[in-house]
Amino acid sequence: MSVKTMDETAAGTTVYVYEAPVRVWHWISALCIVVLAVTGYFIANPLPSVSGEASEHFLMGYIRFMHFSAAYIFAIGFVARIYWAMVGNKNARQLFMLPPIFSKDWWAGMLQEVRWYLFLEKEPRKYVGHNPLALLFMFVAITLGGLFMIATGFALYGEGAQGWSHALFSSWVIPLFGQSQDVHTWHHMVAWGIVWFIMLHVYAAIREDIMSPQTMVSAIISGYRSFRK
Amino acid sequence: MEVETFYEVMRRQGITRRSFMKFCSLTAASLGLAPGFVPKIAYAMETKPRTPVIWLHGLECTCCSESFIRSAHPLTKDVVLSMISLDYDDTLMAAAGYQAEEIIADVRKKYKGNFILAVEGNPPLNEDGMYCIQAGRPFVEVLKETAADAKAIISWGSCASWGCVQAGKPNPTRATPVHKVITDKPIIKVPGCPPIAEVMTAVITYMLTFDRIPELDRQGRPKMFYGQRIHDKCYRRANFDAGQFVEHWDDDAARKGYCLYKMGCKGPTTYNACSTVRWNDGVSFPIQSGHGCIGCSEDGFWDKGGFYNRVTGINQFGIEANADKVGGTVAAVVGAAVVAHAAASALSRARSTHDDQNREDK
Ligand code: HEM
Ligand code: SF4
Ligand code: SF4
Repeated sequence: MSVKTMDETAAGTTVYVYEAPVRVWHWISALCIVVLAVTGYFIANPLPSVSGEASEHFLMGYIRFMHFSAAYIFAIGFVARIYWAMVGNKNARQLFMLPPIFSKDWWAGMLQEVRWYLFLEKEPRKYVGHNPLALLFMFVAITLGGLFMIATGFALYGEGAQGWSHALFSSWVIPLFGQSQDVHTWHHMVAWGIVWFIMLHVYAAIREDIMSPQTMVSAIISGYRSFRK
Repeated sequence: MEVETFYEVMRRQGITRRSFMKFCSLTAASLGLAPGFVPKIAYAMETKPRTPVIWLHGLECTCCSESFIRSAHPLTKDVVLSMISLDYDDTLMAAAGYQAEEIIADVRKKYKGNFILAVEGNPPLNEDGMYCIQAGRPFVEVLKETAADAKAIISWGSCASWGCVQAGKPNPTRATPVHKVITDKPIIKVPGCPPIAEVMTAVITYMLTFDRIPELDRQGRPKMFYGQRIHDKCYRRANFDAGQFVEHWDDDAARKGYCLYKMGCKGPTTYNACSTVRWNDGVSFPIQSGHGCIGCSEDGFWDKGGFYNRVTGINQFGIEANADKVGGTVAAVVGAAVVAHAAASALSRARSTHDDQNREDK
């Protein structure tokens, strides 16, 4: 995983890491998650009541509609991304494989990365793809967390919508959790987990961009990662 | 004794042909069947031998029986009750003692594999079942024995279906729902605390007339009554979609009858027929009288936090907090950590560039 042949990460080199579909997926998903988190929050804690006749308003309806639209885009993107993991380059695969938890080197890299964040290390290792710490976080929050939100979300969606989402998700997810309320509770709590991850993710990316020898933010925009001194 | 048909039993009970036909159309209507089914039901009842029902009681509060005998249409009640009480229901029947217990043995022998077992309540399994003793024996034994000869089992109410209050944490008697004790018979769950009377009579009538069990969902509940949530057919749903909510029990919104979502209504997570069939002859149901649904027909509803919380709270370390408080607090901590870490990073970077510069100067 921690692909770092000398020439690829040598100072001054630039490597093509994120292919266009990965970049597009990243930014679409980012937007979707923001919309999902905000609308989800207002589904759980609705805005103050609107006045007048019920027939004149559809506020909660629109908020839920936005949640479900973003959910569809997020889920379709997720499936497309899994397809790209199969046909894209090796960096596209990283997120969808179990992190190499049996590799000593990977754990050594992890330790190095943790020490780097604790200011105990002057310089982090260089990685073409994700560093081990980032990969672990992304795997848990996005791969597992995203799958979890899609499964529980469509299970809840199918309760009202019936149809395919009921057959494919509600029918087994709800009995698995016990009952619908448990699915709501878990969907809600994991949503917070994803919010925490996003905060750390954005901070770490910007910080790495400034402090580490490799570019981060421009890499997910242009696809090329440069290594400086 | 010759085996009687349903029709003969009813006539013997003094029910007229006219009332009988009325019952048939009522049954068709309550089961959501087309009018064309009326003669089919009538024909089935006239020709089919009567299927007896044995009604057992385990750990329960009898609210299911109380609900059942209040079934809205007196006709339905009379007919169904007269069909059932003929056999065994220790709460409703006249017989007692050995005479009563003999009835079970009798039905089991005569109708082996051909009677319906209705169970209200559940068996406690701890201490070999001695927390519920009937006629000198643990209820769980009676249940297992009787179930062995039954054709199908109806689990009345949340007790028999899920466990209900006596199975609430920490469940000292290990009260256990019927389907976890009897695993080799078809079981129809009719949850609710209690279930709606019309739902109970309709389920039993369906089984008796059509001689098969109604279509069930993944969790064993009849789809026709438990296929939708309270929220899906709630008459306050328009207020929900509009975004009009009760904020306090005594506010203007409460008087206007707005949606009870913010008061913790569990209608969005509860499968039952209250918002369509309603209670007490269709008079009302909890939300119509201004109180949210408490999810009485859902699995483990006693252990899902307060009746006024729509999602389950987090109860750890002795604090009661809702998911948003915990989530928000952690988010704030993460935010503060990010800021602190960023400051420390800036500082260390400034120091190292300073060092670099010093080195270069030298
Ligand atoms: C990162 C992704 C997501 C986040 C952060 C998120 C967030 C939330 C939150 C906080 C709630 C409120 C839960 C409650 O208190 O009941 C919610 C509800 C819901 N979400 Fe999501 N969600 C996400 C993905 C999805 C997906 C993929 C679906 C699929 C359709 C979905 C469907 C739903 C549904 C149906 C509800 C319940 C709406 C209602 O009860 O009216 N969500 N979401
Ligand atoms: S009162 Fe309850 S069941 Fe009715 S619309 Fe509101 S949340 Fe749903
Ligand atoms: S409204 Fe909810 S709590 Fe009340 S009886 Fe119906 S299912 Fe049970």
